[in-house]
Amino acid sequence: MSGKDRLAIFPSRGAQMLIKGRLAGAQKGHGLLKKKADALQVRFRMILSKIIETKTLMGDVMKEAAFSLAEAKFTTGDFNQVVLQNVTKAQIKIRSKKDNVAGVTLPIFESYTDGTDTYELAGLARGGQQLTKLKKNFQSAVKLLVELASLQTSFVTLDEVIKITNRRVNAIEHVIIPRLERTLAYIISELDELEREEFYRLKKIQDKKKIIKEKAEARKQAALLAGQDLADAANLLDEGDEDLLF
Amino acid sequence: MKGCIFNIDAGYLEGLCRGFKCGILKQADYLNLVQCETLEDLKLHLQGTDYGTFLANEPSPLSVSTIDDKLREKLVIEFQHLRNHSVEPLSTFLDFITYSYMIDNIILLITGTLHQRPISELIPKCHPLGSFEQMEAIHVAATPAELYNAVLVDTPLAPFFVDCISEQDLDEMNIEIIRNTLYKAYLEAFYDFCKQIGGTTADVMCEILAFEADRRAIIITINSFGTELSKDDRAKLYPRCGKLNPDGLAALARADDYEQVKAVAEYYAEYQALFEGAGTSVGDKTLEDKFFEHEVSLNVHAFLQQFHFGVFYSYLKLKEQECRNIVWISECVAQKHRAKIDNYIPIF
Repeated sequence: MSGKDRLAIFPSRGAQMLIKGRLAGAQKGHGLLKKKADALQVRFRMILSKIIETKTLMGDVMKEAAFSLAEAKFTTGDFNQVVLQNVTKAQIKIRSKKDNVAGVTLPIFESYTDGTDTYELAGLARGGQQLTKLKKNFQSAVKLLVELASLQTSFVTLDEVIKITNRRVNAIEHVIIPRLERTLAYIISELDELEREEFYRLKKIQDKKKIIKEKAEARKQAALLAGQDLADAANLLDEGDEDLLF
Repeated sequence: MKGCIFNIDAGYLEGLCRGFKCGILKQADYLNLVQCETLEDLKLHLQGTDYGTFLANEPSPLSVSTIDDKLREKLVIEFQHLRNHSVEPLSTFLDFITYSYMIDNIILLITGTLHQRPISELIPKCHPLGSFEQMEAIHVAATPAELYNAVLVDTPLAPFFVDCISEQDLDEMNIEIIRNTLYKAYLEAFYDFCKQIGGTTADVMCEILAFEADRRAIIITINSFGTELSKDDRAKLYPRCGKLNPDGLAALARADDYEQVKAVAEYYAEYQALFEGAGTSVGDKTLEDKFFEHEVSLNVHAFLQQFHFGVFYSYLKLKEQECRNIVWISECVAQKHRAKIDNYIPIF
């Protein structure tokens, strides 16, 4: 970008006022956006740390859940199919809510249990305890997964918004404000130029007037010297006109 | 003399079965398996045992479910070989063994029909030991009532159904209760059948089946705490052929918590020992593990006597336990969760 990049505007007092107003607006907007970006950034960091925490926990919980499946299989034998056939609807469901962070709506997922266990008596004859443990482990795993999904979605949304906001902040800081400043400088310089020209013009006129005056003086002087007293010459207009007194 | 008569019909098969039994993994084999770092190692070790190259055609990476399937396939082939060469009354005895798998399959199919799943999808998922001729025809039935009238009455399981479950029950009853009612009827019928055969078979099998019945009664009681199963319904699920019958079962039916069940078991020396060895804290063997161990020892004892059918039942049960052990060890290896790898139940 060259220094010549500025708004195409006619340099005048009015335009200067306008640009000044815009510059002030841009600076204010820059400040506000910067604050928003900071607020989002804080939230972003928080979510990031939570994600890391949850993911580590997730690893352990999933491992335990998978292992309890192995344990249950060890005691109960193959029960996959029967359980699969018994399932009618999801027991754990998800409700989505909205959270507002600095004008950004973040989806938040919440899990809740809907209805009772459809296959409560599973493993009645053998492996019931293992199956209960298995259910519990997988339930906590599902809850963690939902939490993680909620965090991840917020993460992605926030990431996008932060990028946009940062882009805006940078655009204002590095493009719009300099351009306005340059335009202002240009206008000022142009106005100064005009002023100088005006001054010069005035000076010139004064000079000219002076010369004319001098010339007239000289002529007068010459006439005086020639014996004509112009000062004494009766003014035509000064003639009294008494008749017109009311 | 009795041995002679026995050997005319079942001598070859008993010999075969005892031969198969020698192929069951020993403690030393388990120690080797436990050392494995990957499933490939495990496969290598299994090749050194009686299993041979049963995993040879499986493409790596090997998954635990493939191992499970292959183990079961091998067992099924062995058992079907025995079944195909058997004559009465051994054939009926072997059929009785398959009925328990049949119950599981039927339950699966009933659940499938209740939830309007295509039966053709379910058939491949049934246990191969429990397959029966009518299974293919089961897809004609769309409702549980049709299933009952058209298919179930023709299966070998029909007597169990007739005794305890009416047509309406199929719709309303919890599937797990149906399963346990059927199993109860099955166990009692099997018990009577063994009694009827008499001789050593009755001695050995009644011992095992009585234990099985008692175990079911105790486990059902413990598992029913905190569920919607009422005490009356619970009492109906107890098989009445065990040592607990009738006093123990009546006491179990009244039990409200684990301690009371334990108190009931105190009266029976062998169960008391099992309850005492079991703990709920981490690292302790659970009650079910204890039961498994006891079951395994009973089954092993069945091989101490000759000229009886119990060996076939015991062989199948031991082999099943072995499959579970191998799957357990493979799961532990696959999930790198070695802390509990020693929880398998050794057979010899």
